[in-house]
Amino acid sequence: MDTQIILIGLAGVLASSAPIVFATIGETFAERSGVINLSLNGTILLTAMAGFAVAVTTNSLVLGFLAGALIGGLVALIVAFSSITLKQSQVAVGFILALTCRDLAYYLGNPFMGLQGPRVASLPIPGLADIPIIGVIFFQQDIPVYASFLLIIVSYVFIFKTKPGLMLQGIGEKPATAFVRGANVNRMRYFYTVLGGMLAGLAGPMFSLSVKAGWKGTISGLDGFGWIALALTIFGGWNPLRAAFGAYLFGLLQWLGLVLQPSLPNIPSQVLQVAPFPLMILTLLLVNIGNAEWVDRTLAALPEKTRKWLANILRSLRTSPPASLGVPFENE
Amino acid sequence: MTTMKTSSRWSGIGFQALAVLLALAFTTIVMLISGADPLQVYQNILTGAVGSPVKIADILVAWTPLLLATAGLLLTFTAGLWNIGIEGQITLGAIFTTWALRVLQPTDLPPALIITIGFIAGALGGMFWAGLVALLKIFGNVNEIFGGLGLNFVATALTIWLIFGPWKRPGVGSMSGTEPFPLELWLPTLQGFRLSPLSLAMGIIAIVIVYILLRGTYFGLRLKAVGRNGRAAFLMGIPTTRYMLMAFLLCGLMAGLAGATQVLAVYHRLIPSISSGYGFLGMMVAMLVNYQALWAAPVALFFAALNIGSIQLPIVLKLDSSLSGVLQGSLVLFVLLMDGVRRRLTRS
Repeated sequence: MDTQIILIGLAGVLASSAPIVFATIGETFAERSGVINLSLNGTILLTAMAGFAVAVTTNSLVLGFLAGALIGGLVALIVAFSSITLKQSQVAVGFILALTCRDLAYYLGNPFMGLQGPRVASLPIPGLADIPIIGVIFFQQDIPVYASFLLIIVSYVFIFKTKPGLMLQGIGEKPATAFVRGANVNRMRYFYTVLGGMLAGLAGPMFSLSVKAGWKGTISGLDGFGWIALALTIFGGWNPLRAAFGAYLFGLLQWLGLVLQPSLPNIPSQVLQVAPFPLMILTLLLVNIGNAEWVDRTLAALPEKTRKWLANILRSLRTSPPASLGVPFENE
Repeated sequence: MTTMKTSSRWSGIGFQALAVLLALAFTTIVMLISGADPLQVYQNILTGAVGSPVKIADILVAWTPLLLATAGLLLTFTAGLWNIGIEGQITLGAIFTTWALRVLQPTDLPPALIITIGFIAGALGGMFWAGLVALLKIFGNVNEIFGGLGLNFVATALTIWLIFGPWKRPGVGSMSGTEPFPLELWLPTLQGFRLSPLSLAMGIIAIVIVYILLRGTYFGLRLKAVGRNGRAAFLMGIPTTRYMLMAFLLCGLMAGLAGATQVLAVYHRLIPSISSGYGFLGMMVAMLVNYQALWAAPVALFFAALNIGSIQLPIVLKLDSSLSGVLQGSLVLFVLLMDGVRRRLTRS
């Protein structure tokens, strides 16, 4: 294959993964604070539809993205309210919202199906875009993609290198301690859940106004990305860098599926498109299996050298959720 | 004490009624946003659901797999498990049933036997897929939500691969599914209806069995203990892993039967969306009835009626039939929210 085609392909992988990066990092914020927002799949579909509908009606891309962020935040607010204030199951409410928002998207999006709409233009960065190889891959993208690069760095620095970021880790790990140290745990959980929802809400318009421009109802091909983003949050170990790596890996696999399609004529395209899902299960297995009790027991029975070697591999892969993820906090 | 109990029950009903009203109000607003006339839409759903004996029978056709799925899910929910993988389990049931029928069709076994084997194969298919989720959870620490979701996508891909690949129709494969089975391999239906009394009976038996299991057996009691507090149950000597595995397998069995019904009694072939979303709908039903088997059957019937009633919305009113999902979803959401509000008010 031609180098140029590979470079353009890699640039495409970065672009098509950008919405997943937004959704995954958004979820990472919410879960770091202790709240699971399981509604992601519905949020992405609804905001993709709404962002497109708003952009078509007003002919303004900015308003389309704003609508996405607003709706994503609103859906997350319902999750936050019902779990933090009403103490209902986060998983139940999130799951209901995932389904209901999807149906809302298909119902309300009906009149907008197949319409021509505005699309985010690519914006090569002068100077940087002409650097060989790197320029093609990184600097001939559109604004949402640049924003995704920025988001990865900013969120990483925020969570691990700033004071509010440490506090965020605290309210997810040991809320009682954070509370004693003066953090308003529940208010912060509200804040980060809604913030995460807004980031996820931008993923929808990033699809419908850029990566997969347009709205085509059930055949838009967007159903499933939200679940992927939720799995990537775990894969990423609640770390934006690792999460972004997962998102790009996923995008790369999907792209390879498309590229390999012509050489595997017996396999329908739909099958290659879901190929990342079994791999997803496998990676989740790899990052989780280190936490299982029987693994420890088996490892203990192995000879010293093999044991250390295996344990090191498992430890480097393993991720553990914030200790009080999904646990309500009562400050009494 | 008694008066307090009665008054809290009445307040519970009051909040539920309020939740239903809120859900209706929300759905009505959604209709108004889309420019539809709500009265006309509700009337259309009503006539679409109960407008003729055939339609009423169709509700029961949709009720059957929904009952099976809900019955199975009540077991996993009781064990504290989120079996989101149920969609894939229904699909695998349908695939295994189709497989059995394809293998046995050329033999001269009596059709009744082939159909019976088809059901057994379906049950095994569902158990196989549920067993995978269980193994991933128990031995791999993979949360059942993600293991199940991943396997759902794999099941869909498998279906599509079969339809376009090995099981493709003579000529060219298409989204309309595999070649339909001959009439003698169809589960007998009532004259002039699509309803098969046999599969309906199976659905009802399933929910009754689950009701009895959870209500009056040692197994049900232990399952509840596992779901309430797995650690404590384990310390009291209940083999928690075995109970979780059993809940998964039983749910998979019922989901597999639901898939078998879809093939043997409804579509008579394998189609890409063979599960028809009954697995997820079953989760909604289970949540709405707060995981109590007693109310599951009537609520599932109501949800089935909404599904059937909205089928003709696209044709008559040019509206998307996903509106029924909006109504069902908002109903469950508001019931949950109002329950939370009631608890909060009674706590303080």
